[in-house]
Amino acid sequence: MDLLEYQGKQFFAQYGIPVSAGEATDNVDEAVAIADRVGYPVVVKAQVHTGGRGKAGGVKLADNADECREHASNILGLDIKGHVVKTIWVECASDIAEEYYASFTLDRSAKKYLGMLSAQGGVEIETVAEENPDAIAKIHVDPVEGLTEAQCREWVAAAKLNPAANEGAVDILMKLYTAYIDGNADLVEINPLILKPTGEVHALDAKVSLDANAIFKHPDYAQYDATQPRDEREEAAHEKGLQYVGLEGSVGVIANGAGLAMSTVDVVNQVGGKPANFLDIGGGANADVMAGALEVINNDAAVSSIFINIFGGITRGEEVANGIIEAMKRVQIDAPIVIRLDGTNADEGREILKPHLNDKLMMAETMLDAARRAVELASK
Amino acid sequence: MSIFLDENTKVLYQGLTGSQGRYYGLLNREYGTQVVAGTNPKKAGTDVEGIPIFASVAEAKEATGATASCVFIPAAGVKAAVLEAAEAELELVVVITEGVPAHDEAYFFNKLQRDHPNTRLLGPNCPGLISPGRANVGITAGHIAKAGGPVGIVSRSGTLTYQALFELKQKGIGVTTCVGIGGDPVPGTSFIDCLAAFEADPDTKAVMMIGEIGGSAEEEAAEFIKDNMSKPVAAYIAGVTAPPGKKMGHAGAIVSGGKGTAAAKEEALRAAGAKVGENPTEAGDLMAQIVAAL
Repeated sequence: MDLLEYQGKQFFAQYGIPVSAGEATDNVDEAVAIADRVGYPVVVKAQVHTGGRGKAGGVKLADNADECREHASNILGLDIKGHVVKTIWVECASDIAEEYYASFTLDRSAKKYLGMLSAQGGVEIETVAEENPDAIAKIHVDPVEGLTEAQCREWVAAAKLNPAANEGAVDILMKLYTAYIDGNADLVEINPLILKPTGEVHALDAKVSLDANAIFKHPDYAQYDATQPRDEREEAAHEKGLQYVGLEGSVGVIANGAGLAMSTVDVVNQVGGKPANFLDIGGGANADVMAGALEVINNDAAVSSIFINIFGGITRGEEVANGIIEAMKRVQIDAPIVIRLDGTNADEGREILKPHLNDKLMMAETMLDAARRAVELASK
Repeated sequence: MSIFLDENTKVLYQGLTGSQGRYYGLLNREYGTQVVAGTNPKKAGTDVEGIPIFASVAEAKEATGATASCVFIPAAGVKAAVLEAAEAELELVVVITEGVPAHDEAYFFNKLQRDHPNTRLLGPNCPGLISPGRANVGITAGHIAKAGGPVGIVSRSGTLTYQALFELKQKGIGVTTCVGIGGDPVPGTSFIDCLAAFEADPDTKAVMMIGEIGGSAEEEAAEFIKDNMSKPVAAYIAGVTAPPGKKMGHAGAIVSGGKGTAAAKEEALRAAGAKVGENPTEAGDLMAQIVAAL
């Protein structure tokens, strides 16, 4: 779950990480009231799940109430790379002496946590990594041992920040590590981490991604569900508990298992088509799940054919076939469907499907044949 | 021969009294696996269709000589379950459960490496492993696999593994062991662990590897193949056309910051001498050619 900047800052604040005083709102009058409370100058910032907000006009400095009103009304409703701004964050502006970068994430290769700290902040860390890799001080933290203050101090020294920032940086990084672990985050990133002319170190931005698998430890994370970036189709699928990713094409895809669903999307592309989605209905294929999946696909106006790709493992072919027939009774489907059914008792399953076959419901022998057929139908 | 699992492996099920544990535990026993015990502190002294339930892994091991465990405990309890099995010094712990927090996985992976290096962890979020004709631990449908050899399979994806087993069976090709390592960010057993074991297994003559987008495990496996494998490898990588930044079902299947793409993985594997299929069927055909030429 990716947090918006303001949610990330509130998350940081819970762990004692210094952030600028500010509040979030979806309303211009309220934005001015917040600015009056925190004191001018303020920064008005668009809250969207994408980078490049500044360049798109989504971050503006306001010296007084009139400017704040003007910026707030311009930014609310602004389209930034397809993300419409619904919320803005108004915070007290900070004086900046230097900008740094700090983050913790999992190094999947080393199977340890990776901390990165750089004196070159305020720019994309990928750019720094490419152009000047030595400017990033890295530390691997053993998940069993944790991060000690002595290790942290050594790490900060290696990053060669302004020495005036060292104490503040150690303090923030220890807190950031705690937030990363105790908060079950996949990523915590501060860019920029700033040194103020007065010597304080402070998180000016917050990028936080939380592990959705840890919701049982943090029931309050359910609040972030509402602000996840999902299009209408993804929202509908999410409500039905389906693993769905919206794509741009016209062939609706339903498969069982994440790997097979990925593979189905690939094969549709390989035979010259464009998949409309990735949809994994899980190991089985009962009528309820299949009906839900068909409903989501059917509501996608771009879909002009549907490819159902099921491999029966423990779930037998006849159960899968009955599930599909039952689901089709419940949902009125507009686009033609091509089914590929293989695996356990596939022959029995195909026999069940046979009497129902027509120009709206077709069967193909192999995954490739089915993909070709579905793509052909989509282009009609 | 097989790797990690055979007909002599005595397996206990943590969570045998739950619906999933019971269903698959009994299926595994029916397949021929030595299912010797279950654990549940609240139901010690009872049994599941004749399989005795013990309060702890240590007690179950003491009473039955179990050497392996299969975990069907809900995600919140997996960390404790894995540590309990490792402390009882079991040789193999297979975690089927999905949805385990990444920090829990990182913790018990490193804890086992440091304090229990003789315990092999497989999973979490994996289908388990099957040595066809000998034993089956987990949720793989046993009858879709042909026993014998000469192929070993290692895979990050469940259904694609079944697909591979099924295609090989239809071509009359047998499998020594098929290991599903799972789609999570910190898998207990890696591609390399399996490749090394297959390389050392005299009955395995060729290896089929099924990867997917995200992380760099396939690239690391390619390095290993180049430097250490004498046996031929056929591979398939799912997610060639997956958009960046989107998790494709599995927690670990995500292309982020331009890293973890299928193209890079395929290139690394080809450079290491592996045959790479563009789809599962093509990979199966490539494996059939390899087997025919053995």
